[in-house]
Amino acid sequence: MNTSAKKKVSVATVWLDGCSGCHMSLLDIDERLLELAASIEIVYGPFVDTKVFPEQVDLTLVEGSVSSEDDLAKIKKVREHTRVLVAMGDCAVTGNVPSLRNPFGTDKILRHIYLPNAPTEIVPRLLPSVLPVHQVVPVDIYLPGCPPSADVLYTALVELLAGRTPDMKDVTRFGK
Amino acid sequence: MSQRITIDPVTRIEGHAKITVQVDEAGRVEDAHFHVTQVRGFEKFCEGRPFTEMPSLMARICGICPVSHLIASSKACDALLAVRIPSTAVKLRRILNLAQILQSHALSFFYLSAPDLLLGMDADPTQRNIFGILAQHPEMARDGIRLRSIGQQIIEMLGGKRIHPAWVVPGGVSEPLTAEKRELMLAMLPESREITLRALQWFKSILPQYQEEIASFANFPSLFLGMVGAENELEHYDGSWRLVRSDGEVVADRLDPLQYQSFIEEKVENWTYLKSPFYKPLGEREGMYRVGPLARLLVSERCGTPEADTEREEMLATYKEVHTGSFFYHYARLIEMLYASERMETLLRESDILDPRVRAHAEPNQLEGIGASEAPRGSLIHHYTIDENGLIRSANLIIATGHNNLAMNRGVLQVAQRFILDSHITDGTLNRLEAVIRAFDPCLSCSTHALGEMPLHVQVFNPAGDLVNERIR
Repeated sequence: MNTSAKKKVSVATVWLDGCSGCHMSLLDIDERLLELAASIEIVYGPFVDTKVFPEQVDLTLVEGSVSSEDDLAKIKKVREHTRVLVAMGDCAVTGNVPSLRNPFGTDKILRHIYLPNAPTEIVPRLLPSVLPVHQVVPVDIYLPGCPPSADVLYTALVELLAGRTPDMKDVTRFGK
Repeated sequence: MSQRITIDPVTRIEGHAKITVQVDEAGRVEDAHFHVTQVRGFEKFCEGRPFTEMPSLMARICGICPVSHLIASSKACDALLAVRIPSTAVKLRRILNLAQILQSHALSFFYLSAPDLLLGMDADPTQRNIFGILAQHPEMARDGIRLRSIGQQIIEMLGGKRIHPAWVVPGGVSEPLTAEKRELMLAMLPESREITLRALQWFKSILPQYQEEIASFANFPSLFLGMVGAENELEHYDGSWRLVRSDGEVVADRLDPLQYQSFIEEKVENWTYLKSPFYKPLGEREGMYRVGPLARLLVSERCGTPEADTEREEMLATYKEVHTGSFFYHYARLIEMLYASERMETLLRESDILDPRVRAHAEPNQLEGIGASEAPRGSLIHHYTIDENGLIRSANLIIATGHNNLAMNRGVLQVAQRFILDSHITDGTLNRLEAVIRAFDPCLSCSTHALGEMPLHVQVFNPAGDLVNERIR
């Protein structure tokens, strides 16, 4: 088949409760972005202007844990419309730093910051506990790391684009 | 009936936010708001953890500017140790901070805002992104990727990792610089200067097409706040704060950032997780101030590096709206990138930069420590108290983006009033509402915190060591 005629793989990136470090690591693949741009199309995410998650996405990379009612609604919608869902980075995989709030409880956190005046209009409510993605929806691929390095993300993407399940156990890292 | 227009999510910014605009029956804009929809709670969940964890933990506030948090946090920890860190460690931290300003500004300019500037505010939204630039102006996309990459590579060479390097520690840095790495860094910096100069030339050439945006993108008089050095030069690592008004009057000089609680107040709004700080002596309305690259160029008297100074002077001489208009944040970001490359080169050539003594070791000697620095987006403070065992009792974070909250909200309203003229609202208008926010380059993963009274714990002992009085606030 002629590659130029081949349909591009649709890819979405989603940012829940995290620091954006995983998205930055994705940009750290640098010039290899040019090469990927030939075979993928970014259809949704913080780098593009689409406001509504598309009907059908081949591959979605999720950064961050599920922390607010917005995150919860978003990840359910994303799962419904995604073929392969990747938990990208430790916050998505384990809850990591955002889940440090769990032992204190959400009310204590809000009280500490806003005293009794925590905002309630327009802003989403925080969930009682921060959850890793797989506790809310099924996850197909896990890429741990804080963040996963650019090489890890690139390798995983190349494997997934080739239709293979990436074996990441020798290249990924937790926490580091 | 009045109507509410909502943009959700705001895209091509760093973090989670919505914009709402209230329009009355006649199609006139009544009000507009920028809503930050995330809050994280670092100030609370670090309680009880060892202070030595803070730099690495606090770096996780933000994946775009982890280095800023590493530096402000480590400076607060230096104060807990009560040490003066080796001068080579200061220089190495400065280089890391400048590399981060370079990569973060490159992200903002090329990846997030260039689609509006290069393809146009009204361009096809499906193309209005870095990939659209790649397709239509590949040389510009390559420049942006390369420039950001140079900043990230310098961070990696110094810190061992591009994002969340653990190299900055209480007392200094963990490893000295090697001669080999210094040469590799020096070899990249001329290219980053060239790319930045190219981007500057291009930006100046398109400015005349953006008169409407210059006039309405948060263009109003206000105060500007930023750090300056001993001779009022541009400074990002250690100095005092200066507050200057749009008319050029210095409202406050030699402010000690460590005293921030005496001159910054903030209010909580019910419709956003981001608080709104203002300069306390002037009150909320007159005390609104802006921070970040434009503020730093306006409060300082010069950059202190030749090419950046030439560009700064040209900007100030050519565009009188620099003192009021936030569209010029883009311009200021480019000048700061030029400065960062020039300054890194100077620092790397200093005779003691390879000195192996880069860390002071000590136990905690003070129970309270404050660290201030300039992050890419503006003035940053980390403030900790610890107990006798070095465990965190309280933490307070003053985050760059928060300072701009009042100005961002007023900017959204200004754009709405300028571009929403009847009930017909185009995609280009909606995009401009987001683009005014992008000019400030907010970082919302960073931006919530608890200002207010720090808990106070005073114990009075008699000469025999018995506790005779105790007060906890």
